[in-house]
Amino acid sequence: MIDAPNQPRRGLTVERRYRWIVKPIVFVAGLVPLGWMVCALFGWFGFSAGVDPVKFLELENGKTALIFLLLTLLITPVRDLARQPQLLRLRRMLGLFAFFYALVHFSVYVVLDLDFDWRMVGADILKRPYITVGFTALVLLVPLAVTSTNRMMRRLGRRWIRLHRLIYAIAALGIWHYYWQEKIDVRTPIRYALVLAVLLGYRLVRSRWLRRMVDRRRGAVTA
Amino acid sequence: MRFRIPAIAPSEITPSETYFGRRAFLAGALAAAGTALGRAGAAVLPPRAGLPLAYSQDAADSVDALVHAPNQNETPNTWDQITHYNNYYEFGTGKTDPAAYAGQLQVRPWNIAVAGEAEVTGHFALEDFVKPYALEERIYRFRCVEAWSMVIPWVGFPLARLLQQFKPTSRAKYVAFDTLYRPGQMPGQRVPVLKWPYAEGLRIDEAMHPLAFMVVGLYGRVLPNQNGAPLRLIVPWKYGFKSIKAIVRIVFTEQQPPTTWSEAAPDEYGFYANVNPSVPHPRWSQATERRIGNPFFHERQDTLPFNGYANEVAGLYAGMNLRRYF
Repeated sequence: MIDAPNQPRRGLTVERRYRWIVKPIVFVAGLVPLGWMVCALFGWFGFSAGVDPVKFLELENGKTALIFLLLTLLITPVRDLARQPQLLRLRRMLGLFAFFYALVHFSVYVVLDLDFDWRMVGADILKRPYITVGFTALVLLVPLAVTSTNRMMRRLGRRWIRLHRLIYAIAALGIWHYYWQEKIDVRTPIRYALVLAVLLGYRLVRSRWLRRMVDRRRGAVTA
Repeated sequence: MRFRIPAIAPSEITPSETYFGRRAFLAGALAAAGTALGRAGAAVLPPRAGLPLAYSQDAADSVDALVHAPNQNETPNTWDQITHYNNYYEFGTGKTDPAAYAGQLQVRPWNIAVAGEAEVTGHFALEDFVKPYALEERIYRFRCVEAWSMVIPWVGFPLARLLQQFKPTSRAKYVAFDTLYRPGQMPGQRVPVLKWPYAEGLRIDEAMHPLAFMVVGLYGRVLPNQNGAPLRLIVPWKYGFKSIKAIVRIVFTEQQPPTTWSEAAPDEYGFYANVNPSVPHPRWSQATERRIGNPFFHERQDTLPFNGYANEVAGLYAGMNLRRYF
């Protein structure tokens, strides 16, 4: 089933359905991890941040950021395979949630873990490769967040698409950062990496397939 | 070697009501032990984790080895913190996995094999080990290689007093320890994240040092399974992974024994593993540590050489390059 844009459906246009129903639901869902962490921190509703709340916040915010990066990358395959082109409207919000949680993750590290000791932050970023990698991912997310508005999309045109391909590298760096800080049990980061491999692999296959289709059509035209 | 008598008596720093009530229990426990064994004062090991332990209450008897360090918070961590934040991969690699899954481990009866370069070897019951020693409390700093730390009131007896019973020969240059291997009750052992059974070792002079401690209790109670029951080692000047848990085997060796973490990642974890703020882990700094339970915005404090026990133990490593033998 393909929704043509602006076709009335159950009384609401796709535009309106997304604006007033789908997007608010996704927005609230995106805040659930934050709400859970706040509850855990204060011990509300039986949630607990455990004995080491700083580590808890670092780990959970970092993992949430990675999950949102993967969800952002999941939109395109689902859109293609489920033939739901309107899903694209959710991608920006998911990407911005990834940036938000990555920023909280970094803030917890600077404020709560290192007590604003900027010399230590600097030394960590330069000397600890896993932190260098994670920090690079965060820095690369900034231009993507800044250029996520409609106006910037229009202004950048084709360059916007090229710029936002950075997300592939950012996701890889983020998962590498997660993998590298593990003492020995890398099973969870490996799972994240496998999901990323599938998502990127899909794009590789699709682009080859598209090219072959185009070549075939061209061949048919010239023949 | 002389140790300072603690500035803070254990009873003053432990808020737990049950902890305050132990003196009354102690009298009863000792009386019962006296009747049962016909020998007053012999320490016994109650059968279940969390039951009160009888141990020496006299600070002059007991060696309290919390060497007071400047600018350090030395308030012992709470029972809940100590028992719900554990690295004990035999029960899973998450910090709360041991608290969740260690309850299924059967720790009685418990046998320990002693072998190698000693005159007395063979199989012993845990009770054979624990009975002859008066238990004592020691409040030690505990520093994990992951750069967090706690202060913990252990109950136990000096490792040296145990090892001397076996009359190690002159060829005993090292002592090696193994943890129990029982994947049926230790679910983490079904996953090959480390080579099982967990193995650790000490140089014989380290093992004989008065600070090296065999632990059977915590906060005056029988050690909970997640903390290494029924018998674990504590070497307070080394990173926590040296302090092997649930010990079933002790071997005196002439050669340095292989140890689990130094085999798993030799460039990251050494045999000595002395706490050393000036030798970073290849992936993170060891200069500071997060003291669990410190105020939320000031968790971090400096890490001290040999975890603050340099006066007592630095002599063991005189002339050694501690960057090489990390």
